[in-house]
Amino acid sequence: MTTTELTVIADEVVDACAPWSAIVRAGQTLQIIDLHGNQAVDTLVWGVAGDEVDYRLRYSAQATIAAQRNIFLSTGSVLRAADGTPLMTIVADDVGNHDTIAGACSKESNTLRYGHHTVHQHACAENFLAEGARWGLGKRDIVPNINFFMNVPVEADGTLGIVDGLSAPGKSLSVRADRDTLVLVSNCPQINNPCNGFNPTPVRMVISAR
Amino acid sequence: MSTDSTTGARDHARSQVHAATMRIPATPPDVDRSRLLWAEAVPPGSYATRVLGRGTRLRLIDPDGGACAHLLLFRSDAPWERLNVADTVKVPWQAYLGVGHPLLSDQGRVLATVVADSSGHHDTLCGMTDAGRAKMLLAAVKHGLDLRDVAPSVSLFKGVRVGDDGSLGFTGSAGLGTAVDLLIHLPVVVALVNTAHPLDPEPALTGLDVLAWRAGEQLTTPVNDEPEYLRALFNTESTWAAAQTSEAIK
Repeated sequence: MTTTELTVIADEVVDACAPWSAIVRAGQTLQIIDLHGNQAVDTLVWGVAGDEVDYRLRYSAQATIAAQRNIFLSTGSVLRAADGTPLMTIVADDVGNHDTIAGACSKESNTLRYGHHTVHQHACAENFLAEGARWGLGKRDIVPNINFFMNVPVEADGTLGIVDGLSAPGKSLSVRADRDTLVLVSNCPQINNPCNGFNPTPVRMVISAR
Repeated sequence: MSTDSTTGARDHARSQVHAATMRIPATPPDVDRSRLLWAEAVPPGSYATRVLGRGTRLRLIDPDGGACAHLLLFRSDAPWERLNVADTVKVPWQAYLGVGHPLLSDQGRVLATVVADSSGHHDTLCGMTDAGRAKMLLAAVKHGLDLRDVAPSVSLFKGVRVGDDGSLGFTGSAGLGTAVDLLIHLPVVVALVNTAHPLDPEPALTGLDVLAWRAGEQLTTPVNDEPEYLRALFNTESTWAAAQTSEAIK
């Protein structure tokens, strides 16, 4: 019998509304813990070579959805680049489904969704741009993302929307890197819809290796 | 005809057009020919791209029922602003494209609105096959863009529906002879690729017809009175007006 000891490589709390990023090497696992419940964690993934982002290996919501023929992400979902290359695989999930069709909030789209009074509120697109710039990523690199812990049903007539979440305090999700990856996160600052329970809170990120 | 000299090769090259046939989509009966800007038949597996001005009406036709038009839009005057499929479904609270649906940019503006649709079989969720992405890359590169600009796309004339459990069902084509009209709100690079839908189990691809004509007067009448759409129009119109020199504002 063999024992599989986990070595914790990083264990960090991401402040409410803040960005975060880290390299997760092939075989390592990133556990995202929803400390206070119903906190959307907007996430993008790229392949990396060393510490250099390979912009050709960018997470594609469409390739991911088409390959699994389902819009919801959960255990077993393979997060793919546009050419189908596996980037990460969800290996554990306390929640059941996660969104990847509704994208990130932005100051600009907030004006459409809630009114122009929201234009100076913080938004995920700002986090992605600011944190992505640290890795040499620019606006053209930012595409529709994953929203861990966000619940977006699509009804029979196509009506869709962000509704109350299925997560709860302490629930978590784990993704295993299928190759060396950069994980770029916005701990969602949205206060105008239920994706964060109208109250953005911190989340915990634990990277482990066997 | 001999091609062993430059004059022979030239004569040969110039003679080819006389024997060639090329189908050009007919001008719609309700369109003044003098307003026509673009008429092109896109064969299966091929692509087409054009810069279209604000106020252009773009008609895509699936004459034989097998076309699948994958579409990307970029602002031609600011190509880093492009179609965002997530905002395009999230902001109108609707995953399925139909009349009145805006194709939104990542900057909260309307690049185009669906103003007519006799198909109803479209998809915002699945993107393109490898062959489709290869053609879309060519279209993007020809406008100075690159692979990073080939973001998620929309697909017209091939439908997908979402089940209660999130599963996808491929609903295929609505049949031959359907059309979708888009009204262009800002100057855009239109990139169209006619390749199989990734969920199509038996792609039998046929040609895609493209027509476009000047229809600027249609910009003054919103086709949708939902608050999100009206705010998107406000953002679009105010951005356009602000970028014009005073003398050019009409």
